[in-house]
Amino acid sequence: MIRTTALTKRYGAVTAVQDLDLHVREGDRFGFLGPNGSGKTTTVRMLLGLVLPTSGSIELFGSRIGKQALAQIGALVEGPAFTGHLCGRTNLRLSDAAGPGGARSTRRHRIEEVLDQVGLSGVDRRPVKAYSLGMRQRLGLASALLRRPRLLVLDEPTNGLDPQGIREVRELLLELNRGGTTVLLSSHLLSEVEALCTRIAVLDRGRLVLQDDLSAFRALTGLVEVRTPDVLRAGALCGDRVEGRLADGLLVRHHDPGELNAELVGAGIHVVGLRAQRRTLEAAVLEATGAGSDRVAG
Amino acid sequence: MIGVELGKLLRRPRTWVSIFLLAALPTVVAIFLAASEIAPRPGTGPAFLAAVLENGALYPAAALAIVLPLFLPIAVAVVAGDAVAGEAQDGTLRYLLIRPVGRTRLLVAKMISVGSYTMLAVAVVAAVAYVVGTQLFGSAALPSVSGTQLSTGSATLRTVLAVLYVAWSMLGVAAVALFLSTVTDSPLGAALGAIALLITSGVLVALDSAASVQPYLPTRYWLAFIDLFREPVLTRDLLRGTALQAVYIAVFLGAAWANLSTKDITS
Repeated sequence: MIRTTALTKRYGAVTAVQDLDLHVREGDRFGFLGPNGSGKTTTVRMLLGLVLPTSGSIELFGSRIGKQALAQIGALVEGPAFTGHLCGRTNLRLSDAAGPGGARSTRRHRIEEVLDQVGLSGVDRRPVKAYSLGMRQRLGLASALLRRPRLLVLDEPTNGLDPQGIREVRELLLELNRGGTTVLLSSHLLSEVEALCTRIAVLDRGRLVLQDDLSAFRALTGLVEVRTPDVLRAGALCGDRVEGRLADGLLVRHHDPGELNAELVGAGIHVVGLRAQRRTLEAAVLEATGAGSDRVAG
Repeated sequence: MIGVELGKLLRRPRTWVSIFLLAALPTVVAIFLAASEIAPRPGTGPAFLAAVLENGALYPAAALAIVLPLFLPIAVAVVAGDAVAGEAQDGTLRYLLIRPVGRTRLLVAKMISVGSYTMLAVAVVAAVAYVVGTQLFGSAALPSVSGTQLSTGSATLRTVLAVLYVAWSMLGVAAVALFLSTVTDSPLGAALGAIALLITSGVLVALDSAASVQPYLPTRYWLAFIDLFREPVLTRDLLRGTALQAVYIAVFLGAAWANLSTKDITS
């Protein structure tokens, strides 16, 4: 669906993105992660034809980036933007009329449909400048969905939404994805990406440092979290297999939690809980990236 | 896209407020003239103003001469300077381009929108001035600047040509402002840049020692539309002005296109 090859963007002496080989498959919920200033936005802008690459190539839907490809994409880039003195519906109507693929006969119906999808169906005629941040974000999402795109490119789509709104947007995206829409979500919020995405790429200082399925990131660490009030006896039993301490238990190296449990219980130790530890996405990402590049240390 | 741009132009309160103010200025002048019956002495003040007390039908030409030096070019520069930079500042430029609207197409739509505003502003000023002039001063057979009489048909044709000539001159301003509008993300900066060019040009036109560059200055032939009311019409400056503005329009629109179509949109 999206494939970039050695994509590079230089602004003068600054290299924003270097040798990026991104691959988003049809039907993916693709999370694009990275600290601030890592080149996420530049990459998204190149995918949408706003910023012209210095070198490398972009393939969208199997062909070169162009009008036909862009017409099948719905996008939200760096916050929504509207003509402030016009109302939400008028803004959507003008946007739809401005380019290809928005049939006039279905326009009114499509506008009401997307407003309903994003939870703005009851919105009145007040101008967009009087909208709250969350309402603007919803309207931006509505605008992206207006022509039922095959690919959604969303940059921080939950910005300004309350927890209820974030949940609604996540459910909407999951529903669209089930209907066949590929979603590219760019964010610096790990929890948001972890809750939604099936596949993740991590960008750091303009380079792709990780690109894999979410399950690969969340691999087993080989450690077992053992929760027990009998920490001393359990520690003595496991000996040098103990890798660390928890507030109410131990971290033990063992390949099979069931076997470890049997061993502990056999020794008469009271076990409250037992769980194979998985690597968190946060740990994986932090391991792969340095400090955010908006941090200016002396 | 062109329809959308025109719709946005007509929906915008600023469009109508600025045109109202443009038409109001000659109206205020006309009211003062009619009330006091003190016309500027011939040869002083804006062109034609000395003659309008005798004949209101000349007032559209006088009104154009009143708004032409400052008010009209500033209004056009503001609207044209806002065309692309305003969208960039609002963040709507990126959404238009990924809609997708081709960059050339966007620029053409903006050019048509700005051109329509210019035509509309000049035409409204002339029409309001005609109504105000004939009501306040009465109409008589139009005397030409050269002293002979003009027939009504000939006078109307000359007034229409004057409107077109002034609009053409303003399109030169619009082209400069539109080019600057593609360079910066600040609509104010773009408008100010175009106005700065016009003021520089105005100063140099009045400076005898700058005579060598004067034929190339954008404001040099603006007032040549007065020559339309001579008998016979003095075409030399009119043709030069028309050709000069054509060069300004072509060069700056070309530069605007070259810049916008190769620019990274980071707004």
